[in-house]
Amino acid sequence: MDIHEYQAKKILSNFGVTIPRGGIVYSPENAENKAREIGGSRWVVKAQIHSGARGKAGGIIVCNTPLEVAQATDKLLGKKLVTNQTGPEGKIVNRIYIEEATDIEKELYLGLVFDRSSESIMVVASTEGGMSVEEISKEKPETIIRSKIEVAVGMQNFQARELAFGLGIEPDLIRRASDTIIGCYKAFSELDATMVEVNPLVISKQKQILALDCKMSFDNNAMFRRSQVSELRDKTQEDSKEIFASDRGLNYVSLDGNIGNIINGAGLAMASMDMIKLAGGAPANFLDVGGGATPEKIVKAFRLVTMDEKVKVILVNIFAGINRCDWVAEGIVDALKKIEIKVPLVIRLAGTNVEKGNQILKESKINYIEANTLEDAANKAVAALNK
Amino acid sequence: MTVLVDKNSKIIIQGFTGKMGSFHADEMIKYGSNVVGGVTPGKGGSKHLNLPVFNTVKDAVNETGADASILFVPPAFAADSAMEAADAGIKICVAIVDGIPSHDMIRIKRYMRRYTKSSKMTLVGPNCAGIISPGKSMLGIMPGHIYKEGRIGIISRSGTLGYEAAQQLKNLNIGVSTSVGIGGDPINGSSFRDIIEKFETDDETDAILMIGEIGGPQEVAAGEFAKENMKKPVIAYIAGLTAPKGRVMGHAGAIVSAYGESAIEKVEILKECGITISKNPSVMGDTVKSVLEKT
Repeated sequence: MDIHEYQAKKILSNFGVTIPRGGIVYSPENAENKAREIGGSRWVVKAQIHSGARGKAGGIIVCNTPLEVAQATDKLLGKKLVTNQTGPEGKIVNRIYIEEATDIEKELYLGLVFDRSSESIMVVASTEGGMSVEEISKEKPETIIRSKIEVAVGMQNFQARELAFGLGIEPDLIRRASDTIIGCYKAFSELDATMVEVNPLVISKQKQILALDCKMSFDNNAMFRRSQVSELRDKTQEDSKEIFASDRGLNYVSLDGNIGNIINGAGLAMASMDMIKLAGGAPANFLDVGGGATPEKIVKAFRLVTMDEKVKVILVNIFAGINRCDWVAEGIVDALKKIEIKVPLVIRLAGTNVEKGNQILKESKINYIEANTLEDAANKAVAALNK
Repeated sequence: MTVLVDKNSKIIIQGFTGKMGSFHADEMIKYGSNVVGGVTPGKGGSKHLNLPVFNTVKDAVNETGADASILFVPPAFAADSAMEAADAGIKICVAIVDGIPSHDMIRIKRYMRRYTKSSKMTLVGPNCAGIISPGKSMLGIMPGHIYKEGRIGIISRSGTLGYEAAQQLKNLNIGVSTSVGIGGDPINGSSFRDIIEKFETDDETDAILMIGEIGGPQEVAAGEFAKENMKKPVIAYIAGLTAPKGRVMGHAGAIVSAYGESAIEKVEILKECGITISKNPSVMGDTVKSVLEKT
């Protein structure tokens, strides 16, 4: 789960990270007042969307008067911002963060992630703040320093100090810098985060160490014990079909193609998408109804896939294990009684009681194309598309 | 020797009296697995499915001599249960449950560092289908009848894609020595490399089919291990050619976040390691067959 910049800043500041003064607003009038309340003579108006690279997309505006702050807020609110991370449909701006401008002396990069090789938490830092970590690793890999943290004892002061010295921070500021790094580590480990990124972490002309932009992501599997974090979810930043799916226990990812998929198991779903591509088609979605593929889930899956107007063919591929094909077939027949399908439907059943399952489908008089193997299913789906 | 489980493995079910635990315990017993009891804290002393229920794993091990366990406890309590199994001297533990927080998985693995290699429990999963040695024992939730007895080892992240492979092999009259589902989470108990190493020394396995997917370093690590240390042929399929970067594809671990984690990159690296690639998921069985014919 992702959260907004202003939410991440609030969290990190609770862990001892210094952030510029700022506040969230929902209207231009509020924005003007908020700028006066914050004080100073320059402000930054920042669109809050779940994406990086907002600056290049026009989502960050520097202002010199409270009136300009109001105008910039007016310009951004309600707008859809398209960045290189949002996809062409962009993300809606419903919240604006107003922040005092910072006189920047130096921009640094600080990130924390899980390292899947060492199964520990990895802190990554670089002197090249302001660029994305991908750009840094491509263009200035020599500036990247890493520190692996032993989770049983947590991050030690010396590890944070080594990173701070490695970033070339002057001796007077080392203490502040290592407190900042340890604060980020604590937020990561105590809140079940999967990613914390401060980019840039800046040293201001006034010799403050400030988190100027922050991103945090959290482990969905841990939300049962992080109610305060899960409250920060902003559904306006998510695909409506993906919300529909997650509310119903389905794993769904919206894609650009036009062949809708209903499959059981994440691996089989990815494999079926691969087959569609090899057959010359493109999947409209990834959809895993779960290894069990209960009839209830199948009904929900049909509802979801038919919501997508891009879908021109539907491909159902179920490998029935403990659940039997006859049971799955009854679920499909039941779903088609409730939901009208206007596009060709290809069904491939495999596994336990497959003959019985196919017989039920045939006798039900539903309009569908039967497929036997993964390859056959993909070929028939693409062929149906071209008819 | 059979990889991880055999007819003599004495199995207990953790989370025995729940709906999932009861259902799959029954399926395992029907398959012929040697299930000797289960654990549900607070229900010790009672009987379930005609088998004894214990309050703790230690009690179960002391009373029954159990050496294998399978977890059907909810994700919030799964880490605790896995550590309890390790502490009680269980040798192999399969965590079926989907949804264990990653921070908990790291904690389990750190906890297990206290044991020497010979006394350390092997943890398989979480978020997996478990282990089956066809005709001998099933410590998992797979449909046992799709596996033919034979000499191919299967390692798969995905459950259903592993079933697909077993079925394709069966249709070609090729059997399986052991199939291990290692699960779809970013941090798991046993990696591809851990299991591939066990297959290399297993005298009942001739070749290994590895079914990987996008995300993480494990497929590549197994490939590099195979290149340096293995004599048996390895065949691999990697799912997720069409998966977009930065999106989680169902499995929490199926996300491309670094170089070498996409399907295309993994396939290239595995080829360089001398592994035969199944070019699509429909020909996993055929690819294994052609490799067997060459050797």
